[in-house]
Order: sequence, then C-alpha cells, then structure tokens
Amino acid sequence: MKEETIINFTHHQAAHCENGVVSNLMKHNGFSVSEPMVFGIGSGLLFCYIPFLKVNHAPVITYRAMPGHIFKKFAKRTGIKMKREKFSNPKEAQSKLDENLERNNPVGLQVGVYNLLYFPDEYRFHFNAHNMVVYGKQDGRYLISDPVMEEVTSLSEKELEKVRFAKGAFAPKGHMYYPISFPEKLELEKAIVSGIKDTCKTMLAPIPIVGVKGIKTIANLIRKWPKKKGIKTANHYLGQVVRMQEEIGTGGGGFRYIYAAFLQESGKLLGNENLTELAKEMTEIGDLWRDFAVEASRIYKNRSRSDVGQSENYNQVANQLDHIADLEKVFFKKLKKAI
Amino acid sequence: MKKEEVPQDKSNLESANFRELCYAIDENGEYTTANSTGWEPKTVALNNAIDEINERIEDAKKRVLEGKTSPIEYYMELHKMDVGILASYVGLWQWRVKRHFKPSVFKKLKTNTLQKYAEVFEISVDELKTVK
Repeated sequence: MKEETIINFTHHQAAHCENGVVSNLMKHNGFSVSEPMVFGIGSGLLFCYIPFLKVNHAPVITYRAMPGHIFKKFAKRTGIKMKREKFSNPKEAQSKLDENLERNNPVGLQVGVYNLLYFPDEYRFHFNAHNMVVYGKQDGRYLISDPVMEEVTSLSEKELEKVRFAKGAFAPKGHMYYPISFPEKLELEKAIVSGIKDTCKTMLAPIPIVGVKGIKTIANLIRKWPKKKGIKTANHYLGQVVRMQEEIGTGGGGFRYIYAAFLQESGKLLGNENLTELAKEMTEIGDLWRDFAVEASRIYKNRSRSDVGQSENYNQVANQLDHIADLEKVFFKKLKKAI
Repeated sequence: MKKEEVPQDKSNLESANFRELCYAIDENGEYTTANSTGWEPKTVALNNAIDEINERIEDAKKRVLEGKTSPIEYYMELHKMDVGILASYVGLWQWRVKRHFKPSVFKKLKTNTLQKYAEVFEISVDELKTVK
C-alpha cells in the first residue's frame, strides 16, 4: 500500500464505543445521526443478569444490548446495508483493511481492550467488544478514531493485530465492518417507533434475568450476598455491579441518561409531547441509579469491613434497586403507550 | 443529572490524560454532553478490583514459592486472565492448562508447550520458569 493514506474523517467523542462508531461513520457518509439516536433506534438499553458467567471472578450484569446488536438493529431499521468480515488469518485481515483505506473507506473494527496501549492500565481488562474506526495509515502506524477518547490516536501494525485477534469471550477474530449502501432519504420516524417498542418489550419481558424482573432478581441476590459469600466477596460483587453500571461508555446511570437524550430528541422529531415528558422521567430514574451507586460505594469503600451493620446496608441498597425496578416497570408501560 | 453536577473527581483516567463523556441536562432541561475527569464511587470500585487482582497475584506467587503451583498460574493472574482466557490464548483445553499448574507436570513440559505460554505472556521460556 501507499506510504501514507489519510482519509478526511472527523472524530467526535462519544460516551459509548458502539454507538460512537456508528454515529461517526454515518456522519462521515453525510447523515447527521446523534449517538443517542443510534442507541435508541438500535434498542441499546437493557438490564440483564447473566447467570453462570463470571468476569473478574464476580457476577456479570449488563445495562446494554449484546455487542454488535445495537449496530445490527440500527442498520436494519434505517435501511442501511452493512458489510461485515471476520478473518482467521491476521495477514489477510490486515491486507483487507489496507485495501479499504486505499479506497478511501474508513472502517469499524471490533477489538480487545487488554492490549490497547493508549488506555490507562487500570482499564485494561480482557474485554473483547470494544469498537473503533481506522481512518488511515501514516509512517507504518494506523490512525485510530476511538469514540471514547477525546482525541484521535494511532497504533503500530503489530499492536493493531494484537487487539484485533484478542482471545477469550467475544473474540473479535479481526471483525471489520462498514456501511455499503444507504437509503435515499434517512427516515428515522418509523425506526424510532420500532426501536422503542423493542426496548419496552425486553424491559418488561416475563423472564427473571431480563429487564425490570432482572433488576428485582439482582436486588434479591444482593440481600443474600453478605451471608452467603461473606462480606469481602459481597463487597467485590457489589463493586462490580457499580462498575458495569458506570463504566466508561454508559454516559452515566447505566445508559439511562443517553436513553433520556434519545427520547427528548425523538419527542421533537415526532412532535410527541409524551416522549418529551418521559425523557424527564427517565432522567430522574437515571439520578436514582446514580444514588444507588453512591450508597453502594459507601459499603464497599472499606473492602473488608465486616460488622453487623454491613448486612443491613446491603438490604438498603437492594431496596433502592427494588424501587428503581418498580419505577421502570411503570415507565416502560407508559412509553409503550406513548408511541 | 444536571450539567454542572457532572462529577470532576480525581481518577485513574488522569494518567492517560483523558476525560470521558457524560450525558446531562443544561439549564433549560435540554440534553447535552459534558466531559468528566472521574467519579469517586466508580474509582473506588475500580481500585478495589485492582487490589483484588494484586492479592490474587501475591497469593499465586506465594504458592509457586511453596511448590504448590507452577509459575503459569502466577503469570496468568499477572495478566488479569482466568483459566478460560489463558486456554484460548494458548489454544489448549482448560483441563490441560489446569494440569500444567501442577509443579510436577510443569517440570516435564516440552519446550514447545512452554514456548506457547511464554509468547502469550511476552516473556522468555527461562523467565516463565521463575516468578519475579
């Protein structure tokens, strides 16, 4: 490939990597779509407890849809066609990437975080569903627009290969994707309605680990942790719940604020006052998730503190979650009716 | 969350010189974004998780020195891995990796196998035989 290829690509920082890549690639192709819009249409909001799985030796909760799903649903609902490729051979993965860059086509890549050298050490865990855009190559280094970063950055060929072929759960296998065709006019209205309906359905699903019921399940587990696991492990587990909720990329409050921003924008676009009102309500629910994080952090601040009071504190944060679950149940029923 | 409430606490992000993006409402109730340098409740959670990992590393090291496990387990913890992740990196079944934790089995491992582990941990085979 040529010595130097730099595609004229504008980097916009986003809260979350997947929405961010989609939003940035859309903007690059002349469609102004905000991050919350991608998140809402792609039905990104979720609550799901994943039983039997442990990450960092603690239970896993997710506040968002499975990696890749937001993108898939967004594309389907707006009529965009995507090209996706996975590779078994790293050399082939690199040459396909180079080909795209030469054709002036910035591409999205799924990568592992552990070897992403520009991340702070403390954030480098074996998480394989991070997303970025590659928009050029200069002096043998790939030019990277990582949506969660404030500025663009770069990686050497070897460094990029390593993150593209990270191993473990959700191994990216060189996963590369980019839009190949767009509808003549982007019609967001219908897509918004399907996105909202889908989210309401999942959040109200009669499954004990998903949505509102999933929040109740976690609240019950939290009550049991101190006795069943001992305070130290319970503190570790509770810390992980908060980390998943407030991890970089959630935009705060377990994605509830991004979702509220989506509802507000949709309210204006559809001329639907109800959505605007519901956006306010979702913001308040987001605040309650933040309050829960604050209370939880008071518990685990001292990792091995194990007096009698701790058990009672666990009950209290569990009650907070129960309250949030009740509010979200009412909320998503109203939202379903509002569209 | 209001824009002026977006937390600006000290955090581990500082070392990489970046601020994350949060969503918040402005004085007119309109959604906007604001950068955050960090938030204490999650910094505490992250620091605890890191302490937990460091304890696991120390514990593995101790057991290597006591002859209770092989250095592979130590390096696995050092790289924040678990058996599943390590097994997929070296391309072996989990039960085989676990077996290689036994000092007696580890001693008899072929250079080829040791080399696989060494590559994953980015160290030499000699280094793999010891703990730092």
